[in-house]
Amino acid sequence: MSEDRPQRVRVTGPPRRQGPRPRTGDIDEETRLGGVYLGSLLREQLWLGLRVGALLALGVGSLPLLFHLVPELSDVAILGMPLAWLLLGIVVYPVLVLLGWRYVREAERNERDFVELLEEVER
Amino acid sequence: MSSDIAPGIVAVAVVAIATLAIGTWALRFSRTTSDFFVASRTVRPGLNASAISGEYLSAASFLGVAGLVLTFGADMLWYPIGWTAGYLMLLVFVAAPLRRSGAYTLPDFAEARLGPGVRSVCSVLVVAIGWLYLLPQFQGAGITLRAAIDAPEWVGPVIVGVVVLVNAASGGMRSITFVQAFQYWLKLTALLVPAAVLLLVWAGDGAPGAGGSDGAWSMPLADGGGEGLYTTYSLIIATFLGTMGLPHVVVRFYTNPDGGAARRTTLTVLALLGAFYLLPPVYGALGRVYGDELVATGRTDVLVLELPRIMVPGLGGELLAGVVTAGAFAAFLSTSSGLAIAVAGVLTQDVTARPWSGRRLDGITAWRLGAVIAVSAPLLVALALPNVGVARAVGLAFAVAASTFCPLLVLGIWWHGLTDAGAVAGLLAGGIGSGSAVVWVLADGSGDGLGPLLLSQPAAWSVPLGFLTMVGVSLLTASRVPAHTRRFMVRLHTPETVTLDRGPM
Repeated sequence: MSEDRPQRVRVTGPPRRQGPRPRTGDIDEETRLGGVYLGSLLREQLWLGLRVGALLALGVGSLPLLFHLVPELSDVAILGMPLAWLLLGIVVYPVLVLLGWRYVREAERNERDFVELLEEVER
Repeated sequence: MSSDIAPGIVAVAVVAIATLAIGTWALRFSRTTSDFFVASRTVRPGLNASAISGEYLSAASFLGVAGLVLTFGADMLWYPIGWTAGYLMLLVFVAAPLRRSGAYTLPDFAEARLGPGVRSVCSVLVVAIGWLYLLPQFQGAGITLRAAIDAPEWVGPVIVGVVVLVNAASGGMRSITFVQAFQYWLKLTALLVPAAVLLLVWAGDGAPGAGGSDGAWSMPLADGGGEGLYTTYSLIIATFLGTMGLPHVVVRFYTNPDGGAARRTTLTVLALLGAFYLLPPVYGALGRVYGDELVATGRTDVLVLELPRIMVPGLGGELLAGVVTAGAFAAFLSTSSGLAIAVAGVLTQDVTARPWSGRRLDGITAWRLGAVIAVSAPLLVALALPNVGVARAVGLAFAVAASTFCPLLVLGIWWHGLTDAGAVAGLLAGGIGSGSAVVWVLADGSGDGLGPLLLSQPAAWSVPLGFLTMVGVSLLTASRVPAHTRRFMVRLHTPETVTLDRGPM
């Protein structure tokens, strides 16, 4: 066995099938497509925030107007407690926590969707 | 009176010593400048949420709400609702992006988003809001110690000022986090236990209703009419939108590890605040039954402190009074600490750490000097000026924050088109608008008619003014939109798990 046999060299050409470009590159290079990806996430999250804000305004923010327009509501009592006190003193707080909990769940789902969208082509 | 005051003195001493002890114990973990500023960003959501709530529940929450409810009735329930809902707005529009921005203070955020031109206006506003909020804390401490232990009115502010200064200057953010988490649970217990005992006493008395007619009192908007509606909605706008612009609230978000943790922390804060705010109205309603004497003498701010003595005679009442005094004192200490840290942070970055005539202080010395200035300036004003009313001054701080930093944060996070010129114009418009109301209330603050009404609750007009000015001037100066805006938006909104170019941190 001669020991000065040349080392085996692997000869390769340029890859015939270009692997798909990762979508993160589109965002990093600020292409129009990257703008679309980012814009969709931004719009989803803003829309979600506005929906929660609108629910808060309708559910809680409308109460002063309601009591102003329908004064008879002040005489309503449930279990011996005036309705206004029940709503403003107690019920409002679980509602706020519930709205916040729903928001966190939805916002995290939007972000997961965004991550999946970017990874889909990276594979 | 000498035997009456013993539980109060013990309570104040125990809280002050426990605060210093926890601060010192936690100091063992504070080693670097980063620990001083941001607890090196390693605070878990549960602990962080307790700390945020402990810092947020101020004298206005602990004492002011019950007193306001006793005096003015159901309308005042909007204060605690607004202070809680403010965190929902913060969660929805600001929490995660603000954390991802990497900004420590509001001026940092403004500079990173819009360039250095916006920084100085923001710094001045942070210090102004912080001092406006510190003032009633110091004054409330004076009222409390006078009610609890018959001390002269300057004693409370001085004790609070010294304890806060020692803690802030020695331990910074890291030790304050432990102190404030402890103080949330202390405040909750100090209000919950006496409330349970007092409700039992009330039930034992045969659950009496209030003496005299309480029809108008229990009704929202009973006698306000259109003016009452304006005042209520202005209050709602100020509190819902003001929370996100308070300097001590924003600094806390930087101690979260990432944007997702910032959201979960805020959600926990919502639950903790909601649990706490169930309690002050109980005191207000019981005060309506038992506390006629306080209403007659106009001392409703001390309702929470006096009610146990009124309802439970003898040693039991004194002990309960000691417990609520401890809670009230914790309220002054924790909120003042948070504000002092926030104001000191801005003063350090923009004043004391700058090179002066060629010399430059090292990091921790600059921080300590900033803390001394942050505490002593409002302390001197609190000692010099007569009382403004705890909840009123706090309400004004919220209005200023809602008119200035709320538009800056919301537009800066969600709108590509914001420019530095637009931001400065909006901050000035909202700040001068709401600031003129502050000056008017501090100087005179009385009168009838449209002008005084609009000035006593400015948020309903000053917040739209800030927003519209910011948007309008930004549209006129559209060529000044910073070149890195889109990269910054990537940083604000994309989850940290994706590898992206987020620009220089």
